[in-house]
Amino acid sequence: MTGFFAPYSFLQVLRFLLQGLGVTLLIASFSILLSFLFGMVLGILRFLGKGILGKAAAVFVDVVRNIPVLLFIISFRLVLPTYIGSWKIPFKPVISAILAMTVFTSAMVAEIVRGGLNGVPGGQWEASYSQGFSTFQTLRHVIMPQAIGKILVPMVGQFVSCLKDTSLCQALGVAELMMNATVIIGKYKYASQVILIYAIVALLYYGVNEFFWFLSGKLKRSK
Amino acid sequence: MFKAWMWTELFASWRVFLTGFLGTLSVSLVAMLLMLVISLAVGIGCISSHKALRGMGKAYMRFFQNTPFLIQLFFLFHVLPLCGLTLPTFVVGSVSLALYTASFGSAVIESSIRAVPQGQTEAASSQGFGFFQSMFRIILPQAMKIALPPMTNQMINLVKNSSVLAMIAGGELMYHADSWSADHAIYGPTFVLTAVLYLSVCLPLSRLTKALEAKTRC
Repeated sequence: MTGFFAPYSFLQVLRFLLQGLGVTLLIASFSILLSFLFGMVLGILRFLGKGILGKAAAVFVDVVRNIPVLLFIISFRLVLPTYIGSWKIPFKPVISAILAMTVFTSAMVAEIVRGGLNGVPGGQWEASYSQGFSTFQTLRHVIMPQAIGKILVPMVGQFVSCLKDTSLCQALGVAELMMNATVIIGKYKYASQVILIYAIVALLYYGVNEFFWFLSGKLKRSK
Repeated sequence: MFKAWMWTELFASWRVFLTGFLGTLSVSLVAMLLMLVISLAVGIGCISSHKALRGMGKAYMRFFQNTPFLIQLFFLFHVLPLCGLTLPTFVVGSVSLALYTASFGSAVIESSIRAVPQGQTEAASSQGFGFFQSMFRIILPQAMKIALPPMTNQMINLVKNSSVLAMIAGGELMYHADSWSADHAIYGPTFVLTAVLYLSVCLPLSRLTKALEAKTRC
């Protein structure tokens, strides 16, 4: 195998790609965690739909969902530093990438959460209000447990999508998996070498995403 | 972002953005048609009684859904020329966009065909309809109604994903916006305009999805 990827060895190529995978997982996990939190809050606000907060959440979700994530990734990197630059925060490409992915994914998650909450019959609300539950208690103890089955699968789908979209952070020069793949592929000129590296990278993404689905299947069964 | 000269300079180059917008529309339209054809073929393949056909359809869906669009795009863009086949970016872009979106579209078609009651197929075959006859005359017309809302949703995704073609200099909106903003060092207004242009396509489509969903639910 050593000769095939000359002047590098197969292990060197693999190690370089795995370093990229580490960065990809870092961006994805931060964005997924943050967007889960914000998305939940936004989705519930949107579902309740009352007052200025509900309206603002509705507009935010509608607008953000209909803009390509690549536009967020590129524009955050190019626009935000002129405003944040004066705060003396080191605004690295990775951070702007995480911010952009979080904003986009939160809006998608919010819509999924709202859809799940909408699926629970209105009578459940009336019943628990009549038992003296507050709005928050009703959500926490009555509505969410019923909605979660409907929310789980599309939510995992969104997180898989988030992980796939981290490949777009290549546009910022972040050294994630796709970037490292492009760098290493640039060193080879035969179709067989290039195809093999693409195959390895695709399998890495595929493996992580399948793992996500596996986990969600476990979660669904344990519930 | 709020300086007036930036906006006047931006609108003075409206032709660039119009070209990009038309590029996005045309690549999305071609990809959409292709996507529908592939989705139908794979969706029907996935419910056929032929085991190998089913397996192939499922494998295609799983693989294309779980790998990034960017890697599929780059693969076609880099590897085909190495094999001696150099295609225009428009073709590479629309084909890979169609292949990626169709992996979700075929899942939509498959589940909507399955949502049509089994009795319909039995009734059709009892009347002497063959597989394709009953599929195209009885099952699909009913399945289409179920498939329409999620399919329009996939079309929104397709339009949004067409922005990724900017990474291979696809000549669509995102590419033109990115290169124009870099040439003129005007970032804020450019991206606001670009976002508005994408919204002008995707927002009506997403309203349509909502309306169709409400209609099927009743």
